[in-house]
Amino acid sequence: MGVAIRKTKAELGLADLYQGARRYLPGGEEITAVRAAAFDRFNVVGLPHRRVEAWRYTDLRTQMKEAKRLASLPDDAAKAKAREARDLFAGAGFRKLVIVDGAFVPELSDLAGLEPGLTIQPMADALAADKPLLSQRLGAIVPDDDPALALNTALAANGVVILVAPGTALSRPIHVAFVTTNWVATSMFTRSLVNIGAGASATIVESHQGPDGSEYQVNTAMQLIVGDEARIDHIKVVSEGSSALHIGSLLANIGARATFNQLGFVAGGSLVRNQLFVRLAGEGTVADIRGGALLSGTQHADTTLSIEHAAENGQSRETFKAVVGDTARAVFQGKITVAPGAQKTDAKMMSRALLLSDEAEADSKPELEIFADDVQCGHGTTTGAIDDELLFYLMARGIPPAEAKALLIQAFIGEIIEGAANEAVRDALTGAMLGWLGRRE
Amino acid sequence: MTALLEIKGLHAEIAGGRKIIQGLDLTVNKGEIHAIMGPNGAGKSTLSYVLAGKPGYEITAGEVYLNGEDLLAMSADERAAKGVFLAFQYPLEIPGVATLTFLRAAFNAQRKARGEEELSSPDLIKRVREIAKTLNIDADMLKRPLNVGFSGGEKKRNETLQMALLQPSLCVLDETDSGLDIDALKVVANGVNALRSAERGMIVITHYQRLLDYIVPDIVHVFAAGRIVRTGGADLARELEATGYAQYQSEAA
Repeated sequence: MGVAIRKTKAELGLADLYQGARRYLPGGEEITAVRAAAFDRFNVVGLPHRRVEAWRYTDLRTQMKEAKRLASLPDDAAKAKAREARDLFAGAGFRKLVIVDGAFVPELSDLAGLEPGLTIQPMADALAADKPLLSQRLGAIVPDDDPALALNTALAANGVVILVAPGTALSRPIHVAFVTTNWVATSMFTRSLVNIGAGASATIVESHQGPDGSEYQVNTAMQLIVGDEARIDHIKVVSEGSSALHIGSLLANIGARATFNQLGFVAGGSLVRNQLFVRLAGEGTVADIRGGALLSGTQHADTTLSIEHAAENGQSRETFKAVVGDTARAVFQGKITVAPGAQKTDAKMMSRALLLSDEAEADSKPELEIFADDVQCGHGTTTGAIDDELLFYLMARGIPPAEAKALLIQAFIGEIIEGAANEAVRDALTGAMLGWLGRRE
Repeated sequence: MTALLEIKGLHAEIAGGRKIIQGLDLTVNKGEIHAIMGPNGAGKSTLSYVLAGKPGYEITAGEVYLNGEDLLAMSADERAAKGVFLAFQYPLEIPGVATLTFLRAAFNAQRKARGEEELSSPDLIKRVREIAKTLNIDADMLKRPLNVGFSGGEKKRNETLQMALLQPSLCVLDETDSGLDIDALKVVANGVNALRSAERGMIVITHYQRLLDYIVPDIVHVFAAGRIVRTGGADLARELEATGYAQYQSEAA
């Protein structure tokens, strides 16, 4: 009887948030029902803790002390701050959509001259319209029995809906910038939906940032629905403020003979949980999923990936790398499931951690669950410090130790950055990496 | 005149206590090439590491001066900037660092340390390409990650390229001939010989006399059990080839 566990202050706070907000959260009857069901699912289990296998290394029940009040709609001052916020992708020519304190802000977003086949809408409007499609999809792509995701479904107030019509090749990447402006800690629940029609292609970049020192809380989810023979490049950069809690969920359903390139990059936040639920639903799909994390201080970043090969002839590569300094902790949990009948699946997962101090920690838990008999699946994990022999080689050529270490760190994380097909994205991530290295010196 | 390198009464051991270098005296003047020959396990590679500043060795006695400056007080990168270059017996592979990136970082770090102006990328690339041509290194190799997937010969040519680019005052070549076929050996030796100058000294460490047919030394030392037991001219190397090291090993022991 799990119900016997006493609710924590944060759990009670989250219940208050939901009770207080449910009357005005966007959505008609159907969506309201989806929200209520999701909240109930959360409420039964509460915040995940270390005895919940999927959250084994990230005990949210202990670490989340309270629920911050919901952010209010951004005023002019907040919008002005968002306008001036650092933009990693500035000058890249991306179409920028700006979410300020959890709310989509059209006047900060580039909505002019949308390419034929591209539709962009604030999630709040889409929810308010209560279209059956959306309510079905709000929870239905993957099982949302994950408590953090259930909370998101219950409380998501805004975000963005991006629809790319079948056959549309979007040449201009879309950058969805989530900016927290308020120094007074609040919580934000955002939900976005990206639907890439059959044969279409698009690059979607997500960035998350906010003020250092503020204990704001972000619970954000992105749903990607990718049609047959479509291609999606999705990049997510977490450079949240130094005290922020960031829980992000990616829910992806990929069609047949499609290409799915996903890259996650964490270089900020105090406690970050990035969870990816990926389903390769159609046959012959190729997925390349990479993640990089640069952690220092007391940061804790958890990437938890669950990828299901549901159809035959799929290929996936999962590559995760973390650089961990000081007393920071990196967590990688990766699970590859091969469904019965998903023959000829070719999946390889690798996670590596580079520890920069004796107190740094990396936890890695790879899992394979295979129900087909003609597959190639493998995984590997390494954890180690900077190689002294390599360091000496560089120093023997005159490169000072700090620079030599930085070069080795760059080389280590470079493999992740190289995964981005778009040059401006690679440049931005390299810039983020150099910024991180610079702050360490 | 101050010697380029002066080693006096050097004793060194591996951290943990095994004594490797036991009372070494050696003076290398500018313009000289010294060969250090000796049996395996004599401490030849340790000497190269101690000169280059590799951590993990403890100097228990003695002094080492480079142009009159206390070399042992400097870190490896400081020594390199002062002109010490160790051509590694086994050059390391560094995935993710392009050879050219590495060369640029090393070259400019040394310039910076000496208070000289850094060289712009186009100028540096031009210079690297010119040297590469003389060593039969193609431009594609410069873009590849440092030494990754390089053959033994390519690695040694790459070491020679670095040496030619960095223009050190003291070159220490540790078993440069190991892993090389005769053609590769000639290319590398030509590269090294091109660096012979009145301003530069070299220590060529080798087990075999073969390398010294191509890089002809001025002075040959026999190194056994951690110190120099005999010194002679270039003909000493040929004599050793005939007699072997056995007599010196027993002498030292």
